[in-house]
Amino acid sequence: MLKKAALISAGLFMFSTAFAQPDDPGQIHGNVNFTFQQYGEDTLINAVVPPSETAINAYTNLIYTRGKFSTGVRFESYLNALQGYPPNFVGNGIGYRYASYKDDFAEITIGNIYEQFGSGLTMRAWEDRTLGIDNSIDGARLKIKPFKGLILTGVYGKVRVGFNNGLVNSQGFIKGINGELSINEAFGALYDKQMESLENNDIDTPLKATFAKRISEMPLKIGLGGSFVSKYQKDEDPALILPENVGTWSYRLNLQRKGIFWKNEYVYKINDPSTDNRFVYKPGEAFLSTLGYSTKGFGLVLEYKYTDNMSYRIDRGQQLTIGTINFLPALTRPHTYNLAATLYPYNVQFSEVAYQANLSYKIKRGSKLGGRYGTTIAVNYALATSIDSTATISNSNPLYGYNADLFGQRLEDVFFQDFNVTITRKLNKKNKLKLSYINFVYNNDVNQSARDNLGNEVHGNIYAHIGVIDWEHKLNKKNSIRMELQNLTTEEHLGDWATAVIEFTRSPHWFFAVMDQYNYGNEDPERKIHYLLGSVGYIKDAHRLTMSYGRQREGLFCVGGVCRTVPASNGFTVTYSTTF
Amino acid sequence: MKKIFTLFIALATVGFASAQTMDEANSKLPSIDLKTLDGETVNTSTFSNDGNPIVVSFWATWCAPCKKELSTIHELYPDWQDETGVKLIAISIDNTRSSSRVKPYVDTEGWEYECFLDENSDFFRAMNGVTPPLTFLMDGEGNIVYTHNGYSSGDEDELYEKILELVEE
Repeated sequence: MLKKAALISAGLFMFSTAFAQPDDPGQIHGNVNFTFQQYGEDTLINAVVPPSETAINAYTNLIYTRGKFSTGVRFESYLNALQGYPPNFVGNGIGYRYASYKDDFAEITIGNIYEQFGSGLTMRAWEDRTLGIDNSIDGARLKIKPFKGLILTGVYGKVRVGFNNGLVNSQGFIKGINGELSINEAFGALYDKQMESLENNDIDTPLKATFAKRISEMPLKIGLGGSFVSKYQKDEDPALILPENVGTWSYRLNLQRKGIFWKNEYVYKINDPSTDNRFVYKPGEAFLSTLGYSTKGFGLVLEYKYTDNMSYRIDRGQQLTIGTINFLPALTRPHTYNLAATLYPYNVQFSEVAYQANLSYKIKRGSKLGGRYGTTIAVNYALATSIDSTATISNSNPLYGYNADLFGQRLEDVFFQDFNVTITRKLNKKNKLKLSYINFVYNNDVNQSARDNLGNEVHGNIYAHIGVIDWEHKLNKKNSIRMELQNLTTEEHLGDWATAVIEFTRSPHWFFAVMDQYNYGNEDPERKIHYLLGSVGYIKDAHRLTMSYGRQREGLFCVGGVCRTVPASNGFTVTYSTTF
Repeated sequence: MKKIFTLFIALATVGFASAQTMDEANSKLPSIDLKTLDGETVNTSTFSNDGNPIVVSFWATWCAPCKKELSTIHELYPDWQDETGVKLIAISIDNTRSSSRVKPYVDTEGWEYECFLDENSDFFRAMNGVTPPLTFLMDGEGNIVYTHNGYSSGDEDELYEKILELVEE
């Protein structure tokens, strides 16, 4: 083993020496991050104690760079994985390693790769530890820049689908290519080149050069893009003839002129029967468009999304967050206040039509309405509804599933609706106030996360109103105190809730916080539960240590429209992270 | 398990061999491509500030403490710049879901920082980020001299003291 290690290190060292400047010894950087949890019994909230009583998720990254060469590993531990974490994370070992070389023209990476094509609708390999997502591609990637403004990427490899004392890869593999072209940058490069040759040959009439210069400097910025991704998985189904290679492609057009931007992406996926779509042969289609305008003190963004049958996984049978190849963004605001973030989080669907409008405006400082420091108003509206689809006439082609046309929608079939307003105002040197109102329409037949007192799924729409007062008071240069009062009212589900948070921070090292989430409107007097959680944190430079003790409610924990279910727990949690 | 240790030992050996001649200050930014808010590609190796300090701060539109940190510094920024010539580079790690909200947010707040998008967290990962806000301070030669994880009111004073230390050296 040691011999092997010596050989590898000698190899790495020579490789790095070959490409590095002679006086550059290289650098080692990394991070350490873990979450330890102890589980206590609490029958009132159905907290389950796992046989091991404690759990830990731990990660150590090491990255070595020397000149144009870089290599890295990540050591991961799940002993056992935190409760509610996907079941495919087990044991100790290396879950990620790579080596790469990069210069002005090309970048080559072997090993685990994170990559995103366009908005990610065709391919996105990424990691989110809080959600238990890591679908890195294990293989090779080549990225080249033939000239300024053009980037071409090719990847080939297996997809990480789990961890069992080491990396677990998919059986199948994917291949993908992507191109990004900035017209303005490209013509700028062309102009530079022409000017160079002019200097050499001393030709006048630089007509072509003038044209190139004009394009490169025009106020309208044009970006084009396209990608093609294909996955391969063997067909072992005894009954169905399944496509072993499933291709997906997309076209992109981005325009920008001063404060206005307009981004578009269209995606097509060939038939891809899977558990997600109940093995129908209908192809998938998606369109994403974003139009925005902003200037000092004002911003407006309008978004539209149509996705139909856009689940794309390396393994047809996989579910939840495992083995995903692409990324379907939720067009909703990511809420951070406890009640808004945890009770009714939107779970993005594979087929949906979504709209979002986001407006922000800063009332000038010194004006009557704006006050001494100015006031910011942010308004957000998000709507996700069903696409318009009709079942195929029986006998004609039952395996096709259904028919749907691009842009077809059924606005009356609301999956989720969110209207929210936030006003932020600094009152004076010491006080800052933030007021929010949030209104949800949450279709639980679609989202399937709300459960009643007996643990049964709630049916139909849940209508909820949330109000939040967030007040921050600076005691002096180092100490400040922050208070949050949140209230949620609803006729459906578990009735009304309130959350209070008090946080005291002493810069630069300490923070103390207490949160109480209280289900005061529950019909059952015994279930008017307080979820009380206390935390202490110590921060020193890049180190961050947090300890908390208390109850946490079961529910859907979501980031970016991707969710995992977290069981109820009562116990002690320690998290630590550092970067070096 | 054996394989793992082999790799670990190998890496540690290389690191150790290299680190022997490496002093604390020799710690630079990795070279990663980012997008400007206008959609153009820029490499982190082009970050410069005429030999003055640079602050690199990772944030996201969904990260409340990040926004608080950058808004607080925004008010102090003209003074900081006058006194030390420091430049702040704000890197948003918003993904596709919220990245289109970055430019409008920056404009509404009137931030004068250099802002870039890191949509798939490539730069954040290369900088060993775990959670934002994460702030780095670099001296005039581009060496990272200070790192801070998280933000609470008053932390900007500590950052500014570190900047002043660099300028006074």
